[in-house]
Amino acid sequence: MRAELRAMPTMLRIGLAETIAYRAEMIVWILTTTMPLVMLSLWTSVADEAPFRAYTQADFVAYYLAALIVRNLTSNWVAWQIGEEIRMGTLSMRLLRPVHPFASYLATHLAAIPLRLVVVTPVIVIMFLTDARHVVIDDPARAGLFVLSLAGAWLLTFGTFVAIGALAFFLEKSMALVEVYFGLFMLLSGYLIPIDLMPGWMAAAAEWLPFRYMLGAPVEILIGRHADAAAAAAVVMTQWAWAAIMLVTAALAWRAGVRRFEAYGA
Amino acid sequence: MIEVRDLKKHFKVHKRPPGLAAALRSVVRRTYDTVKAVDGVSFRIERGERVGFLGPNGAGKTTTLKVLAGLLHPTAGEVTVAAHRPQKRAAAFLRQITLVMGQKQQLIWDLPPADTWTLNGAVFGVAAAEYAKTLAELTELLDLKELAQKPTRQLSLGERMKCELAAALLHRPTTLFLDEPTIGLDVAMQVTIREFIREYNQRHDATVMLTSHYMDDVVALCPRVIVIDGGRLIHDGDLRALVKAMMPDKRVSFSGAVAAEVLDRLGRLVSRDGARTTLEVAEHRLREVIGHLLGVDGIGDLAIEDPPLEDVMRKLFKDKTAAPTPVESQGAT
Repeated sequence: MRAELRAMPTMLRIGLAETIAYRAEMIVWILTTTMPLVMLSLWTSVADEAPFRAYTQADFVAYYLAALIVRNLTSNWVAWQIGEEIRMGTLSMRLLRPVHPFASYLATHLAAIPLRLVVVTPVIVIMFLTDARHVVIDDPARAGLFVLSLAGAWLLTFGTFVAIGALAFFLEKSMALVEVYFGLFMLLSGYLIPIDLMPGWMAAAAEWLPFRYMLGAPVEILIGRHADAAAAAAVVMTQWAWAAIMLVTAALAWRAGVRRFEAYGA
Repeated sequence: MIEVRDLKKHFKVHKRPPGLAAALRSVVRRTYDTVKAVDGVSFRIERGERVGFLGPNGAGKTTTLKVLAGLLHPTAGEVTVAAHRPQKRAAAFLRQITLVMGQKQQLIWDLPPADTWTLNGAVFGVAAAEYAKTLAELTELLDLKELAQKPTRQLSLGERMKCELAAALLHRPTTLFLDEPTIGLDVAMQVTIREFIREYNQRHDATVMLTSHYMDDVVALCPRVIVIDGGRLIHDGDLRALVKAMMPDKRVSFSGAVAAEVLDRLGRLVSRDGARTTLEVAEHRLREVIGHLLGVDGIGDLAIEDPPLEDVMRKLFKDKTAAPTPVESQGAT
């Protein structure tokens, strides 16, 4: 752990340099995240005349802009990166360095956050130029909870993608699982439809699965969909528990995968 | 120091005959073959030695190197490298070794090599003063000054390999596993890399284990060779002794014309390339044959050499008996 901490500032610095080198690809990639905008135009026309259930037009604008912001800030491509390194055999190089590969993946993807922030800044500005600004919470306690939930969503997504990436140790076509994951994520995270607009059984499923905590939870906190700060805090606690579970799962999948790699080569 | 005792590395490989029926059957019942990539190899290499590790494709060279570097777990046998058991990949072990694979790179593609070097310095915990000193030394030996700040993707293959070597050696490892470090490089660059490896070995008393398909690399660098085939050791010892044992005759080449029947009497004709003729001559007849040739008008440019190592290897692999069939398995042999 000490070696990892000592190397972390340099790993972050080089990670940032790498992000800047790939800026064009990354910006294009981020800009292809348009689904919330499609949903925004759909739902605002639904709520044109009167609120749809508990959502006014401004609520929908706030919800989907927040979804766009959260999605862009918490996403990463570590599953593809790990899959590629296993297939190409370049993982060997990483295993021969005296720091845990998790630490270097973590650094690479944390270092991408500043560029992601630059890309979402216009969305934040737009949010505050529209009526959505009246929806966004303004009390410091909930703002703090939002930041915590954003970090929780980042860690949960990172853990999930590392676990999916580690499947490449076992399956040749593991990246197909990213598609399965993404299908479930779209349905159950609140990315397409806010959880409280889902049919009862689906909303109940979303409560019990991790997807909501990757996107829906921070979005709901930001636009004040919870009764009070205590209710929001309970959601953040569940989210961090999910993040811990997913990071442990990722670590176990990784360890099993590396054992297989040591036995079979790649 | 490297010590390997009865090392075995077997892989279980899924077997499926061609055809749809076989494909369907393999869904229900999978059958496996055991591929013996390394099958009972033992050797010992002392600190500071340079050893060539030779064998045909699929002989088990890369598998052995990966076991020695700690990437693969042995199926059986004992392996000790720099007083560590490699498979544990302890940090203290990783700081003492390096593995350079000519076909895999660690340089970050879109950044200048200097960034990968900085990263490796931090990751291996090299102190700032030592890092500066080592980098200065590597920059001088490999002539890296102009390359350090260029994006890696703009470097030629040879330039990239020089930068790869620097990245692999910044932590001053004492044991070097070099797997085809000169692959695809032009002759001049091969010589540069070779000279560098020798220099590093001598300056730091580093142990070097090298595989290469270019026998010139081996001849120039390795007084000792270990030869494996089909996962088994077939020779371990002095390179010259191997050449002498396998092909004791010398090659005599010269320019100028000599009648065919005279050539027959002098030795076995190996090649006649334009004006240049090469003969194979038994060592005890060398003096007599050279004396004769020097007496012939128009004969010049006379040279006596050992047979090329490629020919020695070809003969060695052809002569060996009862060795198992070499199998490439999962790209790890």
